[in-house]
Amino acid sequence: MSPFTWNLLADLREMWSIPLLLNAFRAGSVIAVVAATVGWFMVLRGQSFAGHTLALVGFPGAAAAVWLGIGLTVGYFSACVAAALVIAMLPAAGRRGYREESAVIGTVQAFALACGTLFISLYKGFLGGTTSLLFGTFLGISSAQVVTLAIVGAAVLATIAVIGRPLLFASIDPDVAAAHGVPVRLLDVSFLLVLGATAAEASQITGALLVFALLLLPPATAQLVTARPAPSLALSIAIGLVTVWSALFVAVYSTYPIGFWLTTIAFGLYVVVGVVTRLGRVGQRGGRSPAVRREPMLDGTPS
Amino acid sequence: MHRHILVDVRDASVTLGGRTIWANVNATVAAGEFVAILGPNGVGKSTLLKAILGLLPLAAGTIARDADAGEHAIGYLPQRRSFDASLRVRGLDLVRLGLDGDRWGVPVPGRRSRANTQRVRDLVDLVGAGAYAHRPIGQLSGGEQQRLLIAQALARHPRLLMLDEPLDSLDLPNQASIAALIGRICRTEGVAVIMVAHDVNPILPYLDKVIYLGQGGAVSGTPARVITTETLSALYGIPIEVLTTSDGRLVVIGQPEAPAHHTDRHEHGPAAPAPGPEERDAVPSADAGAR
Repeated sequence: MSPFTWNLLADLREMWSIPLLLNAFRAGSVIAVVAATVGWFMVLRGQSFAGHTLALVGFPGAAAAVWLGIGLTVGYFSACVAAALVIAMLPAAGRRGYREESAVIGTVQAFALACGTLFISLYKGFLGGTTSLLFGTFLGISSAQVVTLAIVGAAVLATIAVIGRPLLFASIDPDVAAAHGVPVRLLDVSFLLVLGATAAEASQITGALLVFALLLLPPATAQLVTARPAPSLALSIAIGLVTVWSALFVAVYSTYPIGFWLTTIAFGLYVVVGVVTRLGRVGQRGGRSPAVRREPMLDGTPS
Repeated sequence: MHRHILVDVRDASVTLGGRTIWANVNATVAAGEFVAILGPNGVGKSTLLKAILGLLPLAAGTIARDADAGEHAIGYLPQRRSFDASLRVRGLDLVRLGLDGDRWGVPVPGRRSRANTQRVRDLVDLVGAGAYAHRPIGQLSGGEQQRLLIAQALARHPRLLMLDEPLDSLDLPNQASIAALIGRICRTEGVAVIMVAHDVNPILPYLDKVIYLGQGGAVSGTPARVITTETLSALYGIPIEVLTTSDGRLVVIGQPEAPAHHTDRHEHGPAAPAPGPEERDAVPSADAGAR
């Protein structure tokens, strides 16, 4: 592989001539789109903690898969989806957000990490792989893995397309949605399963600890820009793709890990957008009388 | 005067957890009427609303709802919800969800979609929320959110609007303007309104009927007939005095206190945080003429 030139297209073409890197771009693109879409609903529903826990559960799943000699992908998906079912079984999940269940979810999270270390110690000689499982890798994604990611991703996107509108309703306003005949509880469970599958997808490139680089940061950034649902969702996907592509591009030429680049790029975008939108809002306020100015509630009391 | 009866409550009783909330309640609501459910805290006003909605089973009696009114005949506004300040969804989207939020699949552009967009615009105009409906709902004041929620409840042309304490936790000017808005909608849109209230005064000028609820039954009729010393004393079996202030406000003295063991009233969690001073800005002048 030749060193970096400023002809970015030529650089990209050269990368794609290497199957290993081409697979990384393919897998990364699938993951970016799926994670940005599902993450958009996750942010809106205030289920980031559940999302993070589901991703962490992928770590013992993958470690166990390595120890037992079954595929990594199987390990990620089965662990995450099983954990989603456990969280969905919690009483009254979703009815009042996840504040009341947060202690239980945290308990699941701690236990999952503990199991992960156990499986790693059971499988001796795995120490180098631990870092990849936790902080991500873009090397070693096989073509079969890309196909699995694409199939699961398509299933997740199809589900979201079908349940998206009632899910939005149930997320914002569960009581009225229920009065309109929306099956709120069923949607809660379905979304957790979709979130589990998505966390498992994202973990395979970001690692279990850094899934938020693709699951939380792009939607959070997009929602800063606009409150209109469709443009915000589209922007979230675009930010996810930009993040993955630029992180892969940089990671190929640098010696630092992919997880660092993904997170740093996504975080950088979030900070820049946050500062710009805040400045824009302050600028808007300047023209209005102070009496009309309305600050968001600052006490932070969850309501 | 025989208006079409939308809701007919007959000898109804509700028992929750083995305890009778209220019993032998009789009341009717006719098309286009503005009806308030009144009574002391904890007497089960919201429970009556839910029973009429069919969300709670009756222990005895019947509640008949107008059968030919269709499935979208009722617009329901539950007890005050407040939206998280960080929620990035516009007021317009909230109103739109009331219209087609229960539909599966991706919304496709077309005639229906355009008609829905127009309907949302009309609803926003109807409640006078045009100036802020495009802003994120979490950043709006309590009065502004309440207007948009009323628009949402009206989305599918209901014949009956059921509101659970819509004036709760609003400041006085906003209570007056939201009450005027509901009164105006009742008159101009021909929508019957059943509203749970703990203070009758903001809505008194618009009311056709009150249902005063006690544990052993209810009295209903015009405010002038029901909210009197004699009627309320007879309903609660204790001496109650109704005074009229010089500006026409009614003050009820000696209402029974809520039963101490009544804990199931606020099942939707603690009340919303008290509204800030910013709500004073939210009183629009548009409703002044609607009184």
